[in-house]
Amino acid sequence: MRVNFTVNGRPQEADDVWEGESLLYVLRERLGLPGSKNACEQGECGSCTVRLDGVPVCSCLVAAGQVEGRDVVTVEGLADFAKQRACGSTCGTPLDEAKQWAAKGQDSQTGEGTELSPIQQAFIDAGAVQCGFCTPGLLVAADEMLERNPNPTDADIREGLSGNLCRCTGYEKIMDAVRLAAARQSEGV
Amino acid sequence: MPTTGAPTKITQGSQTKGGIGESTLRPDGTLKVTGEFAYSSDMWHEDMLWGQILRSTVAHAEIVSIDTSEALALPGVYAVMTYDDLPTDVKNYGLEIQDTPVLAHGKVRHHGEPVAIVAADHPETARRAAAKIKVEYRELPVITDEASATAPDAILVHEGRDDHHIGHVPHPNIVHRQPIVRGNAEEAAKKADFVVKGEYTFGMQDQAFLGPESGLAVPDEDGGVHLYIATQWLHSDLKQIAPVLGLPESKVRMTLSGVGGAFGGREDISMQIHACLLALRTGKPVKIVYNRFESFFGHVHRHPAKLYYEHGATAEGKLTHVKCRIVLDGGAYASASPAVVGNASSLSIGPYVVDDVDIEAIALYTNNPPCGAMRGFGAVQACFAYEAQMDKLADQVGMDRVAFRQLNAMEQGTIMPTGQPVDSPAPVAELLRRVKAMPLPPEQQWLSAGEEADVRQLPGGLSNTTHGEGVVRGVGYAVGIKNVGFSEGFDDYSTAKVRMEVVGGEPVATVHTAMAEVGQGGVTVHAQIARTELGVAQVTIHPADTQVGSAGSTSASRQTYVTGGAVKNSCELVREKVLEIGRRKFGSYHPAWATAELLLEGGKVVTDGGEVLADLAEVLEGETVEVEAEWRHRPTEAFDLRTGQGFGHVQYSFAAHRAVVEVDTELGLVKVIELACAQDVGKALNPLSVVGQIQGGTIQGLGVAVMEEIIVDPKTAKVRNPSFTDYLIPTILDTPTIPVDVLELADDHAPYGLRGIGEAPTLSSTPAVLAAIRNATGLELNRTPVRPEHLTGTA
Repeated sequence: MRVNFTVNGRPQEADDVWEGESLLYVLRERLGLPGSKNACEQGECGSCTVRLDGVPVCSCLVAAGQVEGRDVVTVEGLADFAKQRACGSTCGTPLDEAKQWAAKGQDSQTGEGTELSPIQQAFIDAGAVQCGFCTPGLLVAADEMLERNPNPTDADIREGLSGNLCRCTGYEKIMDAVRLAAARQSEGV
Repeated sequence: MPTTGAPTKITQGSQTKGGIGESTLRPDGTLKVTGEFAYSSDMWHEDMLWGQILRSTVAHAEIVSIDTSEALALPGVYAVMTYDDLPTDVKNYGLEIQDTPVLAHGKVRHHGEPVAIVAADHPETARRAAAKIKVEYRELPVITDEASATAPDAILVHEGRDDHHIGHVPHPNIVHRQPIVRGNAEEAAKKADFVVKGEYTFGMQDQAFLGPESGLAVPDEDGGVHLYIATQWLHSDLKQIAPVLGLPESKVRMTLSGVGGAFGGREDISMQIHACLLALRTGKPVKIVYNRFESFFGHVHRHPAKLYYEHGATAEGKLTHVKCRIVLDGGAYASASPAVVGNASSLSIGPYVVDDVDIEAIALYTNNPPCGAMRGFGAVQACFAYEAQMDKLADQVGMDRVAFRQLNAMEQGTIMPTGQPVDSPAPVAELLRRVKAMPLPPEQQWLSAGEEADVRQLPGGLSNTTHGEGVVRGVGYAVGIKNVGFSEGFDDYSTAKVRMEVVGGEPVATVHTAMAEVGQGGVTVHAQIARTELGVAQVTIHPADTQVGSAGSTSASRQTYVTGGAVKNSCELVREKVLEIGRRKFGSYHPAWATAELLLEGGKVVTDGGEVLADLAEVLEGETVEVEAEWRHRPTEAFDLRTGQGFGHVQYSFAAHRAVVEVDTELGLVKVIELACAQDVGKALNPLSVVGQIQGGTIQGLGVAVMEEIIVDPKTAKVRNPSFTDYLIPTILDTPTIPVDVLELADDHAPYGLRGIGEAPTLSSTPAVLAAIRNATGLELNRTPVRPEHLTGTA
């Protein structure tokens, strides 16, 4: 079958999709977006978390056909998504700025120079990334939680992220990262 | 008690930013947070096929027949392979003993053993094809424990063993046996005023790394194959893969892909050989990705164990003797069992002074799932048991449990049961003092937000099972000892290639090793070492592959020590060459080139007095300096097979924990409130990463204390809970705060005085939690993990 949907703001068309394929499989294997991870493929670990029409879901549990005509945000689109959210409905590039536009340097090996969302930056700064396999799902979940609850208590953070398993960090640095992102957000940094 | 030892002093590189001792950030951090980092399961190739493994549905059986015809007839299927299709006479692999069949031959020895492999154009087609392969089994009785393994009429799990352990084991179903006898435990026992005996059970733990076993094998034009893989040791894989394929090692090229955690579970081969076989058979790239169900069958687990201990002490609280027997279940194949036995026996009495010991550790061959390496490697099981014994004995003597440990704590100079002196700082008593000195978390913190109980901070959590009724707090302590590096005479070297050149007018260093970065932060530390040793800002870390010499395994807490040591060593050799070039080019301009001690700092050559002699960019103009060199830590020796004596270990690592728990005694639910850790790390090369390692290791210890266990049916030897639905690992809600106190006492034998750190925190965490639960409930609790039924008397 053919599935049409929007991923990170761009219309996408996936062809020859077998009916049993998950959204996760289509993202990873058909659309070249492997950022959403495949740690359990049974809805227990949260590593495949994406936003489906704004709602965080385990993309491994969503049949590809269910996303027809809908809107998906993955970790690859998180920085843009956060930027758009930050500038609200007035988003856009003013003419003056557009005239001065220049390509930004980006190191393809290290990704240095890549524009990051606040939660992505906080994960790096706080040491919340080790093997990194849980990171994409946690970022999508944490970003959504901070959208709903900009000043979470520690118990709120733990509850909000309880659907995302991490095996490396013991979660302490992840707590630090979310606190850091929340603090920076409230300071307008 | 005074703490002996001192922090390391660094001269070279101390003025250069981003060097050792700083919490520099991961070089792969940006890629990992944007989803761009390519893990082994993310590999993709034009025209690639998907591989699938058919695994045995029974634990122990003869294979009567295999019929692949229906699978082959399925459209989209390119190949089906069984044992008969293996291309050479080498049909087994293994880390130490090559006893593991690539594909089952006439017999399966455990549930989930690979029997056949399929390649197809879609993963679902491959799965359906595998399901169409008909395998007829004739089931055999299962060997599941010591009694059934060593019974007079026991079926041998492996007939005709010819490995190097068979000569000294009491039964062919015992992989390896290591006794350690020192002093005279029998005589010393007579001096004991108190004796405590205990029998302990340690459940089977899974590494549960999140990135599933996966990789992509691409056939090369020269008849070879290129494997993109997540592993802990590229060169060890290579040695096992190439002979099965019938290829020279030079034709099996391996590149490390992103590794989604490891914890020991990637020391053994999983899908590597299968993917290569299918790629060479079909002439197409083949990708294999396990799902979580298969992952539980696809790697070895932590050895479950039975541990029998006798401890004695005088009325003053001095340990008189320890007798112990540790029985590890190695499952169907040897994997790392012999080395695990060596660790379990040599570290079996913990970080204490005991002159008279009688120790035995064995690993069994059974039809249970194969067990091998997992973080802590034999020392974890022992620590759980000896720390329970220490609490019981302290109570008998009538001493405070921490004071009793401190009274018996080893120090630098203590002789191990193996006769090996501990020849670097061993601040065991100090670590205990430090965790005990940390402030305790406030009582009834579930009320901290107001009048209403916040159930998220109570046992049972959002299940809303209590608002504090029936909840009792307990506090427990534990301390452990872990060896660092490969022991028992293993040639445990690493190789580093370091290059220095000018790029865009700036001096740049490139570090190339085959070290498997599995999340631990080795790549961060290598860049820091290069900055410190070469005084440059820019360091590039080359991807790990087999185009450079072996780095050894990312295990045994060894990589910062050994590959870090290799990077340091190669950098020093590069530095010498750079200074030679400098002397040649500029020596005549300043006498200091010949007379002063020269350092590389901030991109310049400077004297130890700080005078700048030249820019590195000038010195390196038109030059490239490159060194590839192996580096070794000091040699060790094997343990004597009868007495266990020998200089077997490179270094020891120590951590202590204090656990605070709250237990709903009516429902048997446990909430760990805090797990405080103090650890000596020798030198924290990257403090942020050090703390991250300690916290992560601590929580894996918590997991096996209260939730994690692979349940194997004792009647069928089948795995009952191969999923994250039924095998629970700690979530962020199960996890407490983890304050960490890092001590840095240099080990003069190690680079920068550092101490391997990854495993020690996994040891003492579990017994500390158990001690806290015992403290809360008054129950004996001789097994781990503890489940609600063990606390409510309904087990």
